[in-house]
Order: sequence, then C-alpha cells, then structure tokens
Amino acid sequence: MAGAKFLKFDTQSLHAGQKPDPATGARAVPIHLTSSYVFSDVDQAAALFNLERPGHIYSRISNPTVAVLEERLATLEGGVGAVCTASGQAALTLAIMTLMGAGGHIVASSSIYGGSRNLLAYTLPRFGIATSFVHPRDLDGIRAAIRPETRLVFGEVLGNPGLEVLDVAKVAAIAHEAGIPLLIDSTFTTPYLCRPFEHGADLVMHSCTKWLSGHGTAIGGVVIDGGRFDWEASGKFPTLTEPYAGYHGIDFAEEYGPAAFIARARAEGLRDFGACMSPMNAFQILQGVETLPLRMKGHIHNARKIVGFLEGELNAGKGAVAWVSYPELVDHPDHALAARLLPHGAGSIISFGIRGSGQGGGSREAGRRFIEALTLFSHLANVGDAKSLVIHPASTTHAQLDAEALAAAGVGEDMIRLSIGLEDCEDLIDDLKQALRAATKG
Amino acid sequence: MQLTVNGNPVFVHTGGRDIAPARPAIVLIHGAGMDHSVWSLQSRYLAHHGRSVLAVDLPGHGRSGGEPLGSIAALADWVIALLDAAGLERAALVGHSMGALVALDAAARHGGRVEAVALLGVAERMPVHPDLLTAAHAGEQSAIEMVIGWGHGPRGHGGAQGGGCPAPGLALIPGGRRLMASVRPGVLGVDLAACNDYGQGADAAAMVACPVLFLLGALDRMTPAKAGRSLAACVKTSQVVVLPQTGHMVMAEAPDSVLEALKSFLSLSRG
Repeated sequence: MAGAKFLKFDTQSLHAGQKPDPATGARAVPIHLTSSYVFSDVDQAAALFNLERPGHIYSRISNPTVAVLEERLATLEGGVGAVCTASGQAALTLAIMTLMGAGGHIVASSSIYGGSRNLLAYTLPRFGIATSFVHPRDLDGIRAAIRPETRLVFGEVLGNPGLEVLDVAKVAAIAHEAGIPLLIDSTFTTPYLCRPFEHGADLVMHSCTKWLSGHGTAIGGVVIDGGRFDWEASGKFPTLTEPYAGYHGIDFAEEYGPAAFIARARAEGLRDFGACMSPMNAFQILQGVETLPLRMKGHIHNARKIVGFLEGELNAGKGAVAWVSYPELVDHPDHALAARLLPHGAGSIISFGIRGSGQGGGSREAGRRFIEALTLFSHLANVGDAKSLVIHPASTTHAQLDAEALAAAGVGEDMIRLSIGLEDCEDLIDDLKQALRAATKG
Repeated sequence: MQLTVNGNPVFVHTGGRDIAPARPAIVLIHGAGMDHSVWSLQSRYLAHHGRSVLAVDLPGHGRSGGEPLGSIAALADWVIALLDAAGLERAALVGHSMGALVALDAAARHGGRVEAVALLGVAERMPVHPDLLTAAHAGEQSAIEMVIGWGHGPRGHGGAQGGGCPAPGLALIPGGRRLMASVRPGVLGVDLAACNDYGQGADAAAMVACPVLFLLGALDRMTPAKAGRSLAACVKTSQVVVLPQTGHMVMAEAPDSVLEALKSFLSLSRG
C-alpha cells in the first residue's frame, strides 16, 4: 500500500512554520521587532487592507516571528491555523468575542482556571454574555445547561486545580448535537499529551506561558482552529456566515472555508481588541516549544515519582498527607478515562490535601507551614515551569470564589497544588519530606 | 451566488463583489475533492481587479447540489452550461489539477466561449496511483493523506529548508486535510477516476486557440513540472511559469506568485 510521509511530532516541534531566513540565512527564527511593513506599491497596500492577498501590515494583526509560532502550534495540534495572543486570558477572550456578542451564553466546566472563571462569571456578564457552570463529570448537566442562545461549550482537559479529566469526545458530541462548538483549554496537557481535535474538539487554546514556553519567562496565549466545525450548517454564528461590513461585506465561511474562524479572529479580533503577542515573547516561547517533547517526558517522569512518594506518605497513615489526586492513580474517579485520553501521561500537576496537626491549627495553617518550609519548590502563581512550583489555591488563584464556588470547583482549604519541574527527583522528594515534617510539627 | 445548472443548484463564490457585465468573467475551477475555497488567496483579489469572479463548487462538491460528474469532458460541458446559466458569453478559465484538465478540455471544444486559460498543476496525463484510487473509492482516510501528503511541497511539509505558510498563522497540510474531509463520501473517488481516465490532454492542447498560461510547481510530485512543460509545448500560444519550492498546491503554497502571474497574463488592474 502506497502512503505519504509526514514529519512527526518531535521534528515539527523544531521545524514547523520556519525556514532559514531568506535574507540572512539565520537558522534561528529572527525576532522581527517592527511595528509595520513597507508596501511594495499602492495596489499591494490596498489589497492587503482588503484581505485580497496574504501578508503583514502591522504587528498588532500579524508579525513574521509570531507567525512561525502560530503555524508551529497549529501544526502540533493538527489545526488549520492559529492566532497567538498577549496571554492565555486574551486567547479565551478572543475566541469568545469571535463567536458571539451580547445575548450569547456559554456552558463551562466548573473546574477551570480561576482567571477564566473570573472572566466568565464576573466580567463578561457586563457585556451581556452569561455563563452556566457545570461539573465536568456531569454530562447530563452539560446537556441540560445548553440554551437556545448558547454559543460555546468550554472546558479544560485536566481541571484546575482538581485534575478532573474531561471526556472530550462525549462533551464534543453533546455540543455538536446542539450545533455549537467545543473549546478546550489544553494548557495542562500540551499537544504532546493530548490533541483535542482528534477527540472531537473544535477549538483549542493554551496559555503558552506554561509548558509550551516551559521556562517561566514569557506571557502568551494561543487559540487554534480545528477547521472541522460547520458554521454554515449550524446557522448560529452570523459573525462567520454573514457579510461583515468591517471588510466590505466579507463572508468568512464562504471566503475561507475551514479557516473561517481563525481568519475572523485575526482580521477582526486582533485588529480591534489588539491583544497581540510580542515578537520577543513569541521567540521565547518558540525556544520552549523546540524542547517540548523532551521536557514533557521529564515532567511526566518526575510527576509519577512524586505521586508515588505522596502515596507512600498517605498509606503510612500518620503523616501530613490526607489525600493525593493524580489521574493515573487507580482511585482517581477518571482513572479509566485518563488512561484512554492521556496514554503518555496525565500531566505534571499533582494535588494533595495537607492534614492539620490539631494543635497548631487546621489544614489552612498546616498548608501555610508546609509552603513556607519548602526550599526547592517556589511558591508562586504559575504552573508548567521547568522549576517545581507550589501554591495554595484557596488563598491565591481561586481566592475570588466563595465557599460554595470553591466546593463546586473542587478546591478545599487543605488543597496544595504542585507543578512538578525537571529537577532531580530525589531532591524534590527530600524537600517535600522535610516540609511535610515541618507542617505536622505545629 | 446561487445558480441553477442542468437542473441542479450550484454555488459560485464571487470574491466579495457581484458579477457585472462591465468586468470580464473569470471562472476558477478547483481540483479533485476540493471546493471554491482553494482560491481564497486569489478570488477576492481578482474580483477587485477588474474581473467578475466565478469560483465554482463543481457538482456534488462544497455547497453545490447534484452528483459529481464522472468525466473531464462532462465537467467541461458543465462549465459552458454554467456560463449560460450566468448569462456570460465568454470567460477566462483558470483551473487547478482536475480543474485544469476541465479548463483545457472546455477551451479545446468550446473555443468561442473561452477568452484565455490558466492551468495550475497540470500534465497531459494524470494517472492516479492504484492504491489511491482504491482508497478513494472506499472512502478511506488514507486517500486524503496521500493527496495531501503528495500534493504539498516544502512550504506545507516543513523541514529544515521548508516551512512557512505565506498566509500568517495558517498551516497548509491540516488545512488541506480538513477541506478534503468535508467533501461528501464517494466524491473524491469519482474525481480521481475522471483524472485517471482522461487521455486527450495533448489533443485538446493542440486545439486550443486562445493564450494559455501554465503555472507549475517545481517540486510538484503529482503533476511534475516537466510533464506540464510537455503539455505547454502542444499549445499554439503558451506561457510557462515554474514556481520554485512549490508542490502541487500552487495557490496555497505560492499565492503571491500565482497572483502576479495571473495579473500579468490577464492584464489585471485595480477596479
């Protein structure tokens, strides 16, 4: 049987979207720190402004360095195109603004990043966009929450910080029954661990700040178009299927076919909302993506070792560990789903509960002592760094949630979230050991 | 724009402007298993440079109704019926791959209706690998993978020397894969069989009286540039442009070069 050859994931991580710079031969991606681009003539300028031909006009809308990262991430995810943004939050906002206006409604997983929750619960309602939150395991609830005005279902492959695993295929089917797309925030898994388009998702977003960048240096986001959703057949997305006066009546679905969403996201969303990625940040993130496969292997290796250690502490029954959550554990509610969806590893975030001593205070106090005793884990509001990180979600990333919303998001006061880095695993375990001792001493 | 051709509904993308008698018509004809959106980096430009654009969805493709037609000759006759339905006496025909054979055949047998012809990714014969034909008839994903994989040059596949879609942020191979996946079951097999069975390329080329532009990808593995040149040699008035670093999907891989060549060939100017 004849067959075509395609470059594989590890190779594309290094090469997709780039060739040596034709002007200089530079092998690395040049950092194009330019606001704008000289037109070859008046006709070319007019054609660029009217979307008659491809090219760069102004770096808010597109930039050659950023375009390399966009094409690379689209390729790694298997999407038709991508738009990079100033942050992951900007990517989520861009996706929503491209799909709907006032009167729109979103059904979102209740277990999502606190910043995304803030946007959906508190900020977008001011602009007439409402969100219903449903537990990611409650598939009937997701179906029931969809209204005639719903325009998007949104969730994370791995819930934040509870590590619930979203059944992407089933949730996609529910969304598609209603003629609406599924947007997946795949930040925690990266395309190395999960490619949501292969499971039925229509749009994917990342905070590139995390594992894609991998070194905690640059803020950035991306939204990627799977190109499969039939906007025309749905009939619910006039931004993509009806003439748009912003470009002399262009109909994006008619003009761009599978790339309709991403074309409008750039042509309108970046042009008007302006949350573009800096070329300097794109360069930093590209350096990270080059080693994504290697780093993810290391993250997973260390995460599994740390889970083993914490399980040991838990099973000893007298330590400070009250529970451990990681989707590869057999007692995790989504263990079987994780084995199917994430065969190469369930990420490098681990949650566990810290037990209060009973003398020195409750779990919140024990958590404080644990975090302050750590010497190798850094206490900060990020995940996916090459360095190991720790945070107490109830007092930081999810601090805006009241008790009820905290419970709905699966965040207890005793929860500690670890982001496992690439240090020697024995050093990490030693650090955890001494900090757990400090937490229980009271 | 919706038309009715031979009793079936036909969708025609007009590049963002209505067709008008004052602007001479140009018909853009897509290849096997595709639709009008393969011209998305050309159609809008042409419509704003003095042409009435008809980027068609062939029968059974894209937004058009009907069944796919089983031969290049039937498709060529259909293009002329399309002109009738649109009230157009003459048009320039621009075709890619299977669409190029259609344009060539139409120009040969309906010379009075064709002003000029541009053929992209074309050869006198387009024999289709038996494994591809079998997979396409069976509706297997491997058929799409073969067309997309063999069809793209280095700008699609990437690698140390390639990579870099001319349209910022787009990825050519996933884009092509999605477009072909949206085509109705069975259509690709009918299209590829029509290409495989067409043996009149050289005879048709000799009959064409109007000027013909050949736009060939230097790295085209499906219709090698050498075969395109041979076909061009059969035409009375031909012009050949070979696009470097370009495979079979010339409109997506080298959109600016395609536009510049068409602009020169058709004497386009803004308006």
